[in-house]
Amino acid sequence: MSDTSQDTPHVPGPSLWPIGFAIGVACLLLGLVISWIVAAIGAVLAVVFGLLWARDVTRDVRDEVPEIEPETRAVADTAAAASAPDAAPAPLPTYTRSRFLEASTIGLGAAIGAIVTVPVLGFMVLPSFTNLEESEADLGPIDNFPEGTFVIASYLANPTAGEVSRRTAFVRNNGPAESGEPSFTILYSRCVHLGCPVQPNGPIDEDARKEVNGVELRPVLAQSFGCPCHGGLYDAEGNRQAGPPVRSMDRYAFSIKDGRLVLGELFAVGSVSGSGASASISRYPWSTPGTHVDGIEAWLYPIVPSQVTG
Amino acid sequence: MAAKSKKDLLVENAILAPLDWVDERTAAVRGTKWFLFRNVPRDISWAQTLGSAALTAFIVMAVTGVILAMYYEPSATIDPVSGKSVAYTSIESITNELTLGWLVRGMHRWGASVFIILLFLHMGRVFLFGAYKYPRELTWITGVLILAMGMLMGFTGYLLPWDQTAYWATVVGINLNGTAPFAGPWLAQFLAGGPEIGSDALAKFYALHMLAIPGALIALIGVHIYLVTRLGVSSPPWSGEAAGRERPAVEPAGARAGLVRGSGGGD
Repeated sequence: MSDTSQDTPHVPGPSLWPIGFAIGVACLLLGLVISWIVAAIGAVLAVVFGLLWARDVTRDVRDEVPEIEPETRAVADTAAAASAPDAAPAPLPTYTRSRFLEASTIGLGAAIGAIVTVPVLGFMVLPSFTNLEESEADLGPIDNFPEGTFVIASYLANPTAGEVSRRTAFVRNNGPAESGEPSFTILYSRCVHLGCPVQPNGPIDEDARKEVNGVELRPVLAQSFGCPCHGGLYDAEGNRQAGPPVRSMDRYAFSIKDGRLVLGELFAVGSVSGSGASASISRYPWSTPGTHVDGIEAWLYPIVPSQVTG
Repeated sequence: MAAKSKKDLLVENAILAPLDWVDERTAAVRGTKWFLFRNVPRDISWAQTLGSAALTAFIVMAVTGVILAMYYEPSATIDPVSGKSVAYTSIESITNELTLGWLVRGMHRWGASVFIILLFLHMGRVFLFGAYKYPRELTWITGVLILAMGMLMGFTGYLLPWDQTAYWATVVGINLNGTAPFAGPWLAQFLAGGPEIGSDALAKFYALHMLAIPGALIALIGVHIYLVTRLGVSSPPWSGEAAGRERPAVEPAGARAGLVRGSGGGD
C-alpha cells in the first residue's frame, strides 16, 4: 500500500479525461483510414475530453476549488471508533493509484486473454456441432427391395471422408400403407446401447447381392437383430427384446424420388407398437446411444445436440 | 586436515568454480540438493519406491511415445496401394518392418498397462499407510488427478492403431461418456467430431494423446513431486518415529483443552 502521508496533492488528482482524449485521438486516426464517420466521432470525443481535461488541470489557476465530497469506506474497527468518539477520525482508505493500476492490469490481461482464447476454443469445439449435413443416401429403385424382407444396405454417407463414414441400414419394404403410399421400415444398424454394429439374426442371401451406385444391398431372412458387444436383442420392429438397450432402434426418415428410395435424417425411437406399415412410432430427435429419449430418465438429457444444431 | 596439493586445489577449482558461477545465478545446485539430499525416516522400505517406479514408467512412455510419433501417421485415409488405412499401415510398418520398431511399440503398449498398475499399487500403499493425511492431502488430490489423466491417456491412445478393436472400443467408450447426465451427449459429439466418429476423430485423439493430456500430466507430476519433496516421506504407521524424530506421547483426546481429569489441564 502507498504511504498516505506522502500522498500530498502536489499533482492534479487522478482523472479519466486523458483516457477519453486518447481514445478520441485513436478513433480519429483510425477514421482517417476506414471511414469519415468514425473520424468525426473521434474528433468530437477528442475535443470534448480535451476540454474537460484542460478544465480540470487549470482549475487551480482559475481559482475555482470545487466542493469535493470525499469517498468514504465503512470503518472496519467499529469497536475502536465507538470507544474513542472524541478522537480525530482516522484517515479513510482511498482508492489509490497503485490499486487502480493493479486492477486495470489484471482486467486488461483478462480481456486480452479472452479475446485470444475464446475463438480458439470455439474452433476446437464447434466443428463437431456445425455443418454436419450429410448428403442424402440414394439406395436405388424401390424394386430392389422385396416386400416383407429385410435388405442390408451399406453405403458411404460422405464418400470424400472414406470408409469412416460407412453406414448400414436394415430396409424392409412393408408394401403400400392404407393410404396407398409405399411404406418402409428402415432401421439404423448402430445399437442404442453403446453404438456397436447390430447384426441381423438370419442367413444372408449372398447370391442376391446387388451393388447400386455404390450402395451394397444384401437381402437377409431375419425377424430379429442382435448386438455382438453386450448382447442387446431387438425384434423386427427394432423394439428391445433383451439386454441393455434403453430404447428402440434408431430409424431413418425416407422419401421416394422418381421411384428411388432416398434416406432422410436419422431419428430416435422410444418404442414401436404394431408392425410394418401400420406401426405407430414414438419419434424423438436423434440422440447418443445409451441415452433415454422417453420416460423419467429422459429428464437427464434435457437438451441433446441434434435438437440444437440439427 | 592434511594440506591439499596445488594440483588438487586446481582440479577442485576447475570443477567447483563453474558450479558456483551457475549456482550464484540460478540456485540450481542448492535446488538440486534440496530435491535429492533429503532426510527420510529410518524404517522406510521398498513400498515407498512405487511412486518413483510409476514416474520411471511415465518417463519410458514419454520417450518411446516421442519416438513412435516419428513414424506414426494419424490418418484414416485409405492407402490406395495396400487398401488399408494409412494409420493402420504405419502401425504395421512400425511393428513388422522398421528395425526395433516392435520393441519400442511394445514398450509403449505394455508399459501403458505397467504405468496404470503402478499408479494403483502406489495409491494403495499411500492409502494403507495413511500417508494421505495432514499435511499431505493436496499430494493425494494431485495424485488422483494424475490417475485420471493416466486413464485419459489409455482411452485416447487405444484408438490410434485404427483397427476394428480400436474403433469399436472407442465407439463404446465415447457413447459411455455420452450417457452422463446433461453434458454427456455434448461430450460424446465433441469427442467423435459429429454424431458418429468422423474423419477428424483420429487426429483429435492423437493431438489429445500426445500434446494436451501429457502437458497436463507433466504439470501435475511436477506439483506432486514438489509437494513430496517439501513435505517429506511419511513414516510407516507402525514406526516408533515420526519423520525421523521420536514420536510424542499420545495425549488423550481433550487433554489440551483440560477436559480430561488428571491430564494437567487447568482446574
